Amino acid sequence: MGRWQRRLAPYLFISPFFIGYAVFFLYPVAYAFYLSFFKQVGIGSQPSFVGLGNYIKLLHDAKFVKSVFNTTYYAAGSVFVIIPAALALGLAFNTPRLPLREFFRLFFFTPLITSGVVVAIIFGLVFNQPYGLINNYILEPLGLPKLGWLLDPKLVMPSIILLGLWRYTGVNALYFLAGLQNIPPEIQEAAAIDGANRWQVFRYITLPMLRPTLLFVIIIAIIGSYNLFAEPYLLTGAEGGPNNAGLFMTMYLYLNGFRYLKFGYTAAIGYALTIIILILSLVQLRLLGAFRED
Amino acid sequence: MGAMRPLTRSAQVSRGINARDLYRSLRRRARLGLLFLVLLVLAVLTGAPFVYMITGSFKLNAEIFSYPLHFLPREPTLSNYIRLLNGSEIPFVRQFFNSAVIAVNQTLLSLLIASLVGWGFAKYEFRGKRPLFVFLLATLMFPYQVTLVPLFLLMVRLGWLDTYWAVIIPGSLSAFGAFFMRQSMLAVPNELLDAARIDGSSEFGLYWRVGLPLSGPALSVLAVLTFLGAWNDYLWPLIVLRTAEKFTYPVGLATLVGLYKVEYGMILAGAFLATLPILAIFVLGRNQFVAGLTAGAIKG
Repeated sequence: MGRWQRRLAPYLFISPFFIGYAVFFLYPVAYAFYLSFFKQVGIGSQPSFVGLGNYIKLLHDAKFVKSVFNTTYYAAGSVFVIIPAALALGLAFNTPRLPLREFFRLFFFTPLITSGVVVAIIFGLVFNQPYGLINNYILEPLGLPKLGWLLDPKLVMPSIILLGLWRYTGVNALYFLAGLQNIPPEIQEAAAIDGANRWQVFRYITLPMLRPTLLFVIIIAIIGSYNLFAEPYLLTGAEGGPNNAGLFMTMYLYLNGFRYLKFGYTAAIGYALTIIILILSLVQLRLLGAFRED
Repeated sequence: MGAMRPLTRSAQVSRGINARDLYRSLRRRARLGLLFLVLLVLAVLTGAPFVYMITGSFKLNAEIFSYPLHFLPREPTLSNYIRLLNGSEIPFVRQFFNSAVIAVNQTLLSLLIASLVGWGFAKYEFRGKRPLFVFLLATLMFPYQVTLVPLFLLMVRLGWLDTYWAVIIPGSLSAFGAFFMRQSMLAVPNELLDAARIDGSSEFGLYWRVGLPLSGPALSVLAVLTFLGAWNDYLWPLIVLRTAEKFTYPVGLATLVGLYKVEYGMILAGAFLATLPILAIFVLGRNQFVAGLTAGAIKG
């Protein structure tokens, strides 16, 4: 009896998760793949097989291409603006004897815990033209002209990146801080004694030893870019505002799936997204893995 | 005491070193002070939008959209809160309650499911364990967006559209949660389990009376992360909840954005009220927050 129970027990422990996961995740993932080869519009309609038709249509869909461009633009902003800023902040957090260190660590993290919807509501006022915070409290005192942050198609993506900078720098700085605290201080001290200056210690000791953290942070940032929805959707409108300047991939997927009810086409967008994220993650692994050789 | 000593040659040398040390420590202090100032300015920039949300919620709409701007309300008013809470525009109280019911239940259910599967993986050997584990890892490469349409069609077929179930059930199945609980439950000592078995405990009893109590810290980290995600989620509730009475607060507040531009003070009031529970959890569980968010990073 006891032995039987012990043999059976693990299957009983794991079954609630795996049954649920199969029904509510694996089945949808597989069904989306099937659906991506069909044309189906609306719930009641009969799906008709179109082969690779949806995927070919995607390549010629100007709005889809625009959404890929915009999302990639934002992802590049995350990697080249937000992450370096977070690294700098992480180094600042790691400074010994910095007053209010614990406060800063927690405070810069707070933008992350608010809902994307709340963030969009707040930033509607931050970016407002002419009544916004940036226009009135930063640009005007500096004698600079007020900008239509969310109205000028050229400024929409920089605005969203600025929002991302506000929202995600703090948490990424905490990731970097965790990585920095894993580096034994003796290594940096030894390099300093050998005559390395602060920049050299950072460039040749600290940065290489942060590589695992950097890889993690970059992959999370890229995935996060492709997940972004609430903020651009509410700030620029369902279609991304003028010239679709704020149209992100997840917004376009939502639009096709739940406004136009093009289920087959939406499934194809989902798989296009999967492929893009997969490729970018592999490139990251390769690139940062390759640095390891030298 | 040192200053009272007669000035010998060696003391003079050491005073020279002291001067250099003094210069160095001054420089370090100046650098520290500068860094502190920069962080202070950045903290002000980070906090200002939040503060403006709060002050704006006490302003009439005409004041929010007037020139010149005033950071603090010139004629503070509670009318935004009154109109929000008496439900003249949206049933905000109801939507806030919906969010709470969904977030609490989703958190409890996902803790139960994740700890069960984590326990099974951490403390038992069974046929198919490795392949299942690797398979689960491989499924992480699919972004949730892929599942939206099929999952929606499934909800339609189950008749769950516009119910709490449609949000709670899919949301409580997290592969991350399973991995996270397995990882922490590995640390439960096997000797304890063998001793309890000899005492006649059932296998479920081991999980319930030994595994769960010893996983308190991990459970609280997972609870905080799950609650935060559920409380703040927008896209999935937007898809499956159809009537204002069933909306969660993000879906409800979003219906006001753009639709009634004139009601911005009220929207800010709602945004502020909806952020309060999260702020309370953050203050109480800040260590869990930080531990949870950095759990993945350290391992890389």
